[in-house]
Amino acid sequence: MKGFEFFEPTTLAEASRLFAQEHAQLLAGGTDLVIGMKALTETPQSVISLQKISGLAGVTTEADGSISVGAMTKVREIELSADIQKHHTALAEGAAEIGSIQIRNLATIGGNIAHASPAADTVAGLLVADAQVDIASADGERTVSIDELFTGPGQTVLTPGEIITRFRLPNPASGSHYIKHKIREVMDLAFIGVAAAVNLDNGTITDARIGLAAVAPTPIRATEAENLLRGNELTAELLEQAGEAAAAASSPISDLRCSAEHRKEMVDVLTRRTLQEAVARA
Amino acid sequence: MAKHPVSLKVNGDEYDLLVEPRKTLLAVLRDTIGLTGTKEGCSTGDCGACTVIVDGKAVTSCMVLGVTASEKQITTIEGLASDGELHPVQQAFINTGGYQCGFCTPGFIMASKALLDENPDRTEEEFRHALGGNICRCTGYTKILEAILNAAEEVRTSA
Repeated sequence: MKGFEFFEPTTLAEASRLFAQEHAQLLAGGTDLVIGMKALTETPQSVISLQKISGLAGVTTEADGSISVGAMTKVREIELSADIQKHHTALAEGAAEIGSIQIRNLATIGGNIAHASPAADTVAGLLVADAQVDIASADGERTVSIDELFTGPGQTVLTPGEIITRFRLPNPASGSHYIKHKIREVMDLAFIGVAAAVNLDNGTITDARIGLAAVAPTPIRATEAENLLRGNELTAELLEQAGEAAAAASSPISDLRCSAEHRKEMVDVLTRRTLQEAVARA
Repeated sequence: MAKHPVSLKVNGDEYDLLVEPRKTLLAVLRDTIGLTGTKEGCSTGDCGACTVIVDGKAVTSCMVLGVTASEKQITTIEGLASDGELHPVQQAFINTGGYQCGFCTPGFIMASKALLDENPDRTEEEFRHALGGNICRCTGYTKILEAILNAAEEVRTSA
């Protein structure tokens, strides 16, 4: 690991000012950055830890019933949060899929998202929760919808100095589910991640949200499939149409872990499976 | 690069150190303090050999910068026994022979200790899953798992 200057600011304004400088990196849980610095794929001249800034960690239920998750919240806490398990099951399941317990005790949801891997395990759950991402900088605050945050692999709309502070989850699902397509039980990257969330009224789907990870340059919503589902009951035929529509929305690549054809086929299969389970839970 | 003052609280002892920011907690524990019970395996967080307990949570110390561990309560394998009495997990590993070369053992024991502190009432399958971040390259895990199940039984009955 190359040497660097280390900063532990106690305010967001100070952190933002430091982070806006060249060759600066933010340190949240460190599970990506520290490994990257060891591999010399990351060679920052300054590392700015966020851990001394108060108010960035924790899961809170707001007065209107919506849930707010601080960017520095450990993914292990998200996995075990009763409120998230109940209202955003897909997010809790995604958090539980990351690495090992030792890694989940370090890794933060803010880091998982800011790293902008299309295969991030918490991203599909955030997509189907319609998460609003609060961003702070020395200039003030703004909010971006999670489906507008990513611009490419490892790329986001965040500008120099901007720091993700919180994810607000306004849209609780009556049932949701996340499936990670993988080889190993733990310690694996997602070949594909699919989350589905539904709200039901007497068996009719009033709202459906489908999030796809690792099958396009950025995580995406399968909006065509969602539109097919809204206002209808989940029949075998509709399930098939939704699966096909989701697969059509994907644009996967072939890599050493699996082929584009397999990924596309499995988006269809996994969309059907997550939908069925989400409806069963609703 | 400037070194930072760090106050590490390890196994009840306090160490006031000047630490280079690029040193991992693992390196500080082993090279600066001399507690070599914690092992470096893969160095990328995959094998769990470097597991220590920080503020009650098991973490891979190879992924933690030492400068970020200041003022936190750290327990390593050297701090598990108290008053000459081995921790039930340590004793269970000895009783079952839950190791061969022993290199992964401190990590397995620390990860198991944290699991038992959190909830000893887990099924065999749940323990297997929860220990997925620890790798042993000698054994077939059978004796390791037996040790943890025995320790869990003892913790449950003595609670």
